[in-house]
Amino acid sequence: MKTWLKVLAVIFLVYAVVASLMFPLAPGGLTVDIEKITPGENNFTFTGYNTHFKNDSLQVFVASGNTYFCCTVLEVIDDSRVRVSAALPDTLPSNDIGFYANTPVDGTVYVQKPIGSKEFTFIEGAKPMSACEVKVANDEHREFGYPFQIIIFETIRNLMWHVPMWFTMFVLMGISFAQSIRVLAKSGREDSLDASISFKTIAMFDLKAATAANTGLLFCVLGLITGSIWARFTWGDWWTNDPQLNGAMVVFLMYMAYFILRNSVNDEEKRTRLAAIFNIFAFILMVVLLMVMPRFAEGLHPGKSGNPAFSSYDLDSSLRMVFYPAVIGYILLGWWLYSIHLRIKKLEWRDEK
Amino acid sequence: MKNNFLKIALIVISLVIISPAKAAGLEEYFFASGKIRVVIAVAAIVLLGLITYVIMLDRKVSKLEKRNKES
Repeated sequence: MKTWLKVLAVIFLVYAVVASLMFPLAPGGLTVDIEKITPGENNFTFTGYNTHFKNDSLQVFVASGNTYFCCTVLEVIDDSRVRVSAALPDTLPSNDIGFYANTPVDGTVYVQKPIGSKEFTFIEGAKPMSACEVKVANDEHREFGYPFQIIIFETIRNLMWHVPMWFTMFVLMGISFAQSIRVLAKSGREDSLDASISFKTIAMFDLKAATAANTGLLFCVLGLITGSIWARFTWGDWWTNDPQLNGAMVVFLMYMAYFILRNSVNDEEKRTRLAAIFNIFAFILMVVLLMVMPRFAEGLHPGKSGNPAFSSYDLDSSLRMVFYPAVIGYILLGWWLYSIHLRIKKLEWRDEK
Repeated sequence: MKNNFLKIALIVISLVIISPAKAAGLEEYFFASGKIRVVIAVAAIVLLGLITYVIMLDRKVSKLEKRNKES
């Protein structure tokens, strides 16, 4: 591996680690502490995350469809909690109720939660007198921050740790696949043309295939463990029946089987060919299991079911800025580990002869 | 070397992550401060995995060196 690639790997990885942990999450609304709204006065506390409610131009409003009702701020408890009072009329235009807070620093944050509103009459197009015209100084959060999503919260940073593992595994298994094809392309030809190809060439291809698969398996295991932890605290279980998860497990077992097969054949020529054939099938099955199958099944992973385009990942620009360097960094690191392992394996091979 | 590393890693993990998590309850512990501790756990596991792989390579090189000295 070229030195500049190693330097690039270090730069990208350091950037990815620092940036993934350093930048704050964009502000968002967490919850409001009422279960149902009634005509007349409604007092509640609006809780935000990473917000700046101690701003003088803080506005809180309740929305019913596209009609807004401004709330009187009773008390700003701290930057993330504010106690307000909303006066609502008997008739509302829509039962789609939302709670919004706005400051010039944070932009508009909102809380959407199922809320009881049985005591109101809903008339579409109604224009209640107490509705207010909302004028906000700034609707968008302009500072750099990772997108705020309920349930996921800070774990959105795992995108820069968990996902690159799979990308790296794919690249390494791809290398392994290509080397296995070379084994089959060169071996088994006893005609005069290829007599010059010694067994050593084929053995080297086989060695490369096995080493790449070995390093790829490390990233597969890391991806499985990190994914399991992430799933426990966002989806609620260590293992869910997501097609991607089960597919990844099958891929892991398949490559374990590859190593068992490769180590259980004593005849070296037979071993290279058998392992190569198995490896080619394993790679094709991996692509089917991890990239094709999840598109046809309902799953929990984002951006998988439905339109199979890379842009369907819900990535915004702040995530892309860190995610892509992280992917490149981990791929280079995987390649680096593979090349070191390969050098050791080659020396071992030479020693055995 | 590997055994020592594993021991140290286990002690560190149990001191830093597991014992406070046990004391406070798994969910309460990991859900605190916007679930940032989940990210820390994931990052720690990625680093541990990579370091374990490097240690495995290290041992292979040592074995090679030893064999070269003997012959």
